[in-house]
Amino acid sequence: MKTIARSINDALRTALAERDEVVLMGEDVGRTGGVFRVTDGLLETFGPDRVIDTPVAESGIVGTAFGMAVAGLRPVVEIQFMGFSYPAYDQIVSHVGRIRNRSRHRFTAPMVIRMPYGGGIGAAEHHSESTEAIYTHIPGVKVVVPSTPYDAKGLLLAAIDDPDPVIFMEPIRLYRSVKEEVPDEPIRVPIGEARVVRGGADVTIIAYGSMTRESRQAADLLAEQGIQAEIIDLRTLTPLDSDTVVASVRATHRAVVVHEAQRTGGFGAELIARIQEEALYSLEAPIERVTGWDIVVPLKRTERHHLPNADRIVRAALRTLEA
Amino acid sequence: MLQILRPDGSLTSDPPVGIDRTRELFAAMLTARRYDEKATAIQKQGRLATYAPFRGQEAAQVGSAAALRPDDWMVATYRDAAAMWMHGYGWELLLLGRMGDERGGHPADGVPVLPPSITVGAHMLHAVGLAWAARIRGEDRIAITYFGDGATSEGDFHEAMNFASVYRTGTVFVCQNNGYAISMPVSGQTASATISQKALAYGMEGVRVDGNDLFAVLAATNAAAGKARTGRGPTLIEAVTYRVGPHTTTDDPGRYRTGGEEAMWRDLDPVERVRRYLVAESAWDAEWEAQVLAEATGDIETAVRRAESLPAADGLEIFEAMFERLTPDLARQQGDVR
Repeated sequence: MKTIARSINDALRTALAERDEVVLMGEDVGRTGGVFRVTDGLLETFGPDRVIDTPVAESGIVGTAFGMAVAGLRPVVEIQFMGFSYPAYDQIVSHVGRIRNRSRHRFTAPMVIRMPYGGGIGAAEHHSESTEAIYTHIPGVKVVVPSTPYDAKGLLLAAIDDPDPVIFMEPIRLYRSVKEEVPDEPIRVPIGEARVVRGGADVTIIAYGSMTRESRQAADLLAEQGIQAEIIDLRTLTPLDSDTVVASVRATHRAVVVHEAQRTGGFGAELIARIQEEALYSLEAPIERVTGWDIVVPLKRTERHHLPNADRIVRAALRTLEA
Repeated sequence: MLQILRPDGSLTSDPPVGIDRTRELFAAMLTARRYDEKATAIQKQGRLATYAPFRGQEAAQVGSAAALRPDDWMVATYRDAAAMWMHGYGWELLLLGRMGDERGGHPADGVPVLPPSITVGAHMLHAVGLAWAARIRGEDRIAITYFGDGATSEGDFHEAMNFASVYRTGTVFVCQNNGYAISMPVSGQTASATISQKALAYGMEGVRVDGNDLFAVLAATNAAAGKARTGRGPTLIEAVTYRVGPHTTTDDPGRYRTGGEEAMWRDLDPVERVRRYLVAESAWDAEWEAQVLAEATGDIETAVRRAESLPAADGLEIFEAMFERLTPDLARQQGDVR
């Protein structure tokens, strides 16, 4: 049985062993193995030219990694927390996501930017951010979010293989709280494919990352009331697998979208737009949104009011069934 | 401030190259100036979008690019056409980019020059990463990056200098201190007495050279490139020069600087200075210069013609240039345009 943290470590170890071009960079990724110990032991095996402890400078990390990627390496960058990624935002928007087009395929930036994200562990301010929407909104980068150890390994290896830049979000609170069997061998999970976690005929619950677990708990509670919820784990936000979402909603006629990020302009809004474009006439009820509120992520003592939980998802699902 | 060639064309010390190479570099400066004039002229006719002239900076760009090996990386800006051309990036592509066509960003295979950076500052980090990658791969390629005095105020300048020094990457930082960032004089950009002194804070060597002196720029860049190539780390070169023209063709320098200042710098013209030297060495005649200019004009006219006659793209290739493979969403959106 492996955790997500262990699976990511396995994937990084596999990639470093498979390809000489792969290098890891980030604050404290080497000697300490990262603040979440996700890169534990890799410096010892692969040395300081492949596993690089960097100065505390996110733009510098992403900007130099971009140069390495253009030169033919495959950098895998760790941003210590998603809330610390903003100094690198200009590099990502203005350069990482643009070089293929601005050079018309002459130069590319195949790189992975790992970002632990999300709340639920009572961390300090800025350490619980879930700001994927600022990344899904920009062209030229893909955004991937695993929710299970198997997918974490398979998606990360696929992201490192990918010829284009990938932002790889890692749900902090699931790092060590979810375990499953994951093969020791290399596995690949295709980017751009959602997964139906659990089949159900009555309502579709669409989630990703940390909220996949809450949605499964909600489905268990709904099942006690005889309601069969279908759970979709998006796994990739961009490019979005609309087809899986739309097919499910056409079958269940009801949908709940769930994310812990703030509501307004969140990724859920995009999901709802897709559903109304493709499946409006299949709907029997307004689509429900269960999200964080439009507030700064609260600190430890009141964080629970912000983060969606199974009860809120159940209530939203029931509202779609009452309509 | 390092100076080898005085404004009157006399030498303070031995030049870094012989007469034949000097004549080649003088011809390159003449050619670059001809391009700058042509681009400015056709912009006024509406044939280019905006254009950022580099007049006055020919020695800084030609002299520094002349120190490179063909496989060295170059990461430059919208005002560095002369340096990019020296390193293999064709006039036609440079024009195409200014005409508003992304195909201008695709240099020929084997030309290790990134398309010109439009944002200010971020690209210096790319040169650090390129040189760093070469080191990791056991190659002795280096990376040169060009930027202006304004860019040294950006945080990315600091991060690039810091990363380059900490990891001793083979990066050559060439700051063309041309006096202005659009309207802001360098005195409003930094309280440092010089830009080169900023290198000290990073544990890096900083060199200040007369940027209108071809020989000083070339000698300093030769030294920096040699150091970078042998793992002895990066260098910051401050080439003190002057942007004789406007920031871009949309700018009016009369709003922020005096004609007297411009006239003083015109007297320090970098092209004229090399001409005086060659004349003194009996290595110049008007017929030869006319021939160089005729060839340059022919090449540049051809580049303009080719760029203008390239069949316009239908605009939908851009959907295919977002990722290696068109995603389902982009395919649908591309279909919606048609």
